[in-house]
Parts: sequence; structure tokens; C-alpha cells
Amino acid sequence: MALSSDPTRFTIADARDALAGKQISATELAQAHITALTAATALNAFITETPDRALSAAETSDARIAAGEARPLEGIPLAIKDLFCTKGVRTTAASRILDNFFPTYESTVTQNLWDAGALMLGKTNLDEFAMGSSNETSYFGPVINPWRARGRNEDLVPGGSSGGSATAIAAHLALGATGTDTGGSIRQPAAVTGIVGLKPTYGRCSRWGAVAFASSLDQAGPMTRTVRDAAIMLKVMAGHDPKDSTSVDTPVPDYEAALNTGVKGLRVGIPKEYRIDGMPEEMDALWQRGVDWLKAQGAEIVDVSLPHTKYALPAYYIVAPAEASSNLARYDGVRYGHRAAGVSDLIGLYERTRAEGFGREVRRRIMIGTYVLSAGYYDAYYLRAQKIRTLIARDFTQAFQQCDVLLTPATPSAAFGIGSKTSDPVSMYLNDVFTVTVNLAGLPGMSVPAGLSQDGLPLGLQIIGKAFDEETVLRAGRAIETAAGFNAQPQSWWRTA
Amino acid sequence: MAVDRDTVRRIARLARLAVDEDQVVAMEGELNALLTWVEQLQEVNVEGVPPMASVVEQRLKLREDVVTDGGYAQDLMLNAPQTEDNFFVVPKVVE
Repeated sequence: MALSSDPTRFTIADARDALAGKQISATELAQAHITALTAATALNAFITETPDRALSAAETSDARIAAGEARPLEGIPLAIKDLFCTKGVRTTAASRILDNFFPTYESTVTQNLWDAGALMLGKTNLDEFAMGSSNETSYFGPVINPWRARGRNEDLVPGGSSGGSATAIAAHLALGATGTDTGGSIRQPAAVTGIVGLKPTYGRCSRWGAVAFASSLDQAGPMTRTVRDAAIMLKVMAGHDPKDSTSVDTPVPDYEAALNTGVKGLRVGIPKEYRIDGMPEEMDALWQRGVDWLKAQGAEIVDVSLPHTKYALPAYYIVAPAEASSNLARYDGVRYGHRAAGVSDLIGLYERTRAEGFGREVRRRIMIGTYVLSAGYYDAYYLRAQKIRTLIARDFTQAFQQCDVLLTPATPSAAFGIGSKTSDPVSMYLNDVFTVTVNLAGLPGMSVPAGLSQDGLPLGLQIIGKAFDEETVLRAGRAIETAAGFNAQPQSWWRTA
Repeated sequence: MAVDRDTVRRIARLARLAVDEDQVVAMEGELNALLTWVEQLQEVNVEGVPPMASVVEQRLKLREDVVTDGGYAQDLMLNAPQTEDNFFVVPKVVE
């Protein structure tokens, strides 16, 4: 085995082998990552670091490995998006309104990870309440992308909303991370930081204990450096949970086993509507390379049509804010979270607490959501958007009669500069143009790093699958990964001694 | 369907968000820009199309109607800004 001497260069699969082979201890593995993240504060990837907890869990892991009782993720250090409630560990959703919130319970997804032996390095930064595509709406400041354009030192966004998790993986601060994806929040940051991000089918992972944004769209998933690592993590994260009635009670397959099946005979659909105006030529060229790679490995390429694609983003910006305005009604300054000081009437207390506690983008979405659900407008906006959602889901059902997976670009462009899109919400929302359709239809989608832009920044391709067919998504993703041979790394400019 | 300043104030009240006059002006512009952008949805023929209720077709599970959770009042109070004897304290609402 050709293992690097630096354990932060391991994949999860490497680390699993090295721990089993006693080439490294869980404590050494955890310590290497704690050292790395302590030296990376310039990236602002973490809101809360939990090194003591990681080291204490590593001791337990070392004891279990010594006793021959290692669990599937024994001793694997992970970063957890600060949207997952972690018992006794501050959970903020990157919002002032939850600045001092300490959950008394653990989310199901994180509990599944701890039960499998993984350990937590800390809670990662995100857009406030996962509302954003650049990690700039966080109350705790923006996350900086480890990547910089060739020959430049301008700070770039890591995408969003799971920007802290993406940065932690791209900068080798953790072996794997959790993300959540409501409109692209796993796949878009994964693409612009050169890592793998998998949004499972709606219902594959429990939403219990994850701070709710838009409940009919939210789904947790893994963010890793390889497709195999995503398969390993998803196996542990997924499964039915009696505490989330929308989590599906079907067996969780051995995703890792599916990886070696190859794509010979696989029918790969290319949706023509994803060839949008203004898409950089290099993105189009990358997409074509992806087609060629899959064809060379024996896949059959099929042209398909998803005619309602252009309506997905505007429909999303009705459905998601509507659900958010309802979900975020719970933050009232009474039971938990921030409370405005010096207000003597109850309505005033609610209004001042929420005005102080929520940032600008969250307030904007609450306002939009409240408006589209208000008397007289419900049919024109919300009901119509939900009907269009049915049409978008039908588009996919019809396309999947001709193919097994779809191949598309993951994002319309590479990472952009901090502050370059904050003044125009709609131009910011367009970052999710290729990912949001998948959430509206509840399907699995994965972003895989596939190449570099002319400026030397990562670009990703997206694989979209049928509902609950993550196995085929992973197979196709593995084929792209193998052919692309993406092994570029960001220069570690952020590291302090 | 343009939004005016009175509508912004009414929606902010419904959403329980305090807004000052500067914010009302800013939000008027922002909301109208967004509503103009989503206006394109009006061109889709949705005649006879059912609204989506659930993305995954499944029958919700039923369980025994028994108490399965509870009994931790202290935990519930732990993050509350102001409490008294396991009650949440709010400004006086009844004179």
C-alpha cells in the first residue's frame, strides 16, 4: 500500500486500512487533523472546534481496534455541518438567533456516524440556515475557498450552503464531512472546491435533528475526496428512522460493493435543456469530455429532454421560502435562542427578536415565503409552483424511461470572488440552476470533480439517478472519477505554523 | 402583482419581523425584483396538473397510539432565555 506519510492525505478507505493494519492509531489520525485545522483558521471553515471530544473518542476507537471490535467508521475524523444538532455541542445554523444554542439531543444522521465509530472534529460553517450559494450569509463570516485562481491571491467563495464542510475536505482538515442539500447545497460547494458531494434521494437519510430549512427538499449527504468514501459514509448515514416519517423503510444497500460494477451497457442521458446561454465554453467542453469518458467505458449515450428545466429555479424560490417561513416561525425568543432585550410587549418581543436574530437573506426569504402563502396569493404562487414541481418530476420520469442516469454540469461556472454576487440575489440563485431540479423531484445527485478551469479552478460534473438508485449514481461517478484522474490540490497558502 | 410599501409592512407584521423605514424601501425593491423574476411561471400550462404533495410515493407508517417520549422538562428549559419553575417567562400579556 502506497500510503502518504501525512495522514491528512488519506482517503477514508486508506485510513480504514491503515487503522486496521495498525500502521497508525486513531489518536495519531485525530491529532494530525486537529493540527491541520488549528493552522487553517484563515479559511473560517469551522464555527466550533471539538478537539478534546475527538481525542477522547479516538482513545475509545484505539481500544476497540486493539480488541478486534472495530466498527465500519472506527476512528475516522469527520467535520459536521453546523446544521446537525449535536448533544451538548453548540449548534448555530450559522445564525445569531441560535448563537448560544446547546441541543439536548443528537440528530439521527450524526448518531448513526458515532455509532459506527466515527469521531467529530468540529462543526462547520455554512450559509445562515443553509440559505445561500456562497457561504457569505453566515453570521460567523464567510468561509474562504482553499483554491485560488492560478497566479492570483483573491479570496474566492467555497460555494454554499455547505461551504465549511467543502473547505474542510478540500483543505484536508477532515477525512469526510456531512452536508445538507435543499437546492444544491452539497453538490455546488463540492464542485467548486474539487471534491465529491452526494445528495441522496429524499427519504434516504433521516432529517430528524437537522435544523429545518425547507422540509420537502432538505436531505443530508456525505462530502468526501473520493466516490468510494461517499459510498462508505452514505451506508452509515442512511436508513429508516421512526422519528422521521418521511425516511423510507427500505434496506440500505452496500454502496461500496456497487462501485466495481463499471458502466458497460449503462444508458446515460444528456438533457439538452442544460446547455444554457452564457455557460462558459470550458464547462461545455468538460461536459463533452464526460460524455466521451463514459462512452469509452462502454456506456450508451442517449439524448433526452427535460422541458420544464427553466422553471425549476423560480418554482424553487417560491416553494423553499414558503416552507422556510413556516419552519422558522419557531424562533420566537421564548423557548430557545436569541431574545431581544428591553421589550415590554409580546408581539414586540417576537418582532425585535427575529429582526435582530435573522440576517438579511433569511429575512428576505421569510418575507417572500410569507407573501406567497398569504391570503389571496396562495393559488397564484404556491399552488402553481407545486403544480410545476409535478411537471418537473414527470420530466425526469419520462427521461428515465430512456436512460439509467443523467450526466450534466454541476455548476454554471467555477468559484467566484467574495462579494462579487451579493448585491443581486437572482444572479446568486442562478448558481443552483443545474442542481435545484433534482431536489424538486426528490432524486439522488452527485457532483464529481472532473477538471480544472483555464484559471486552474476545479469544475464538477453531476450524475442524477432514479429515486433510491444511489448505487448506479455511484457507479457512474466512479467511472467519471477514474477517467478524469483529478488529483490537483490547492496550494496551502492558508497554513500558519 | 407588484408589492407596495404598505404590503411590505403588512407582510413583515405577519412574519413577526420588525422593519424600519429604510428596510421597507429596500425590501419593496427586492421583493418586486423576485416577484418579477418568478412571473415566468405564469406562462406554464398547469391545467389538470395536480400539485405535488410528496416527492417520494410512500404510505405513512402508523404506530401504536402510546406515549413514546417525554419526561424531561429540565432539558426543555435548558436553552430558554428566561424561565421560572420550568415555565417560560414572556412579557405580560393580560392586564
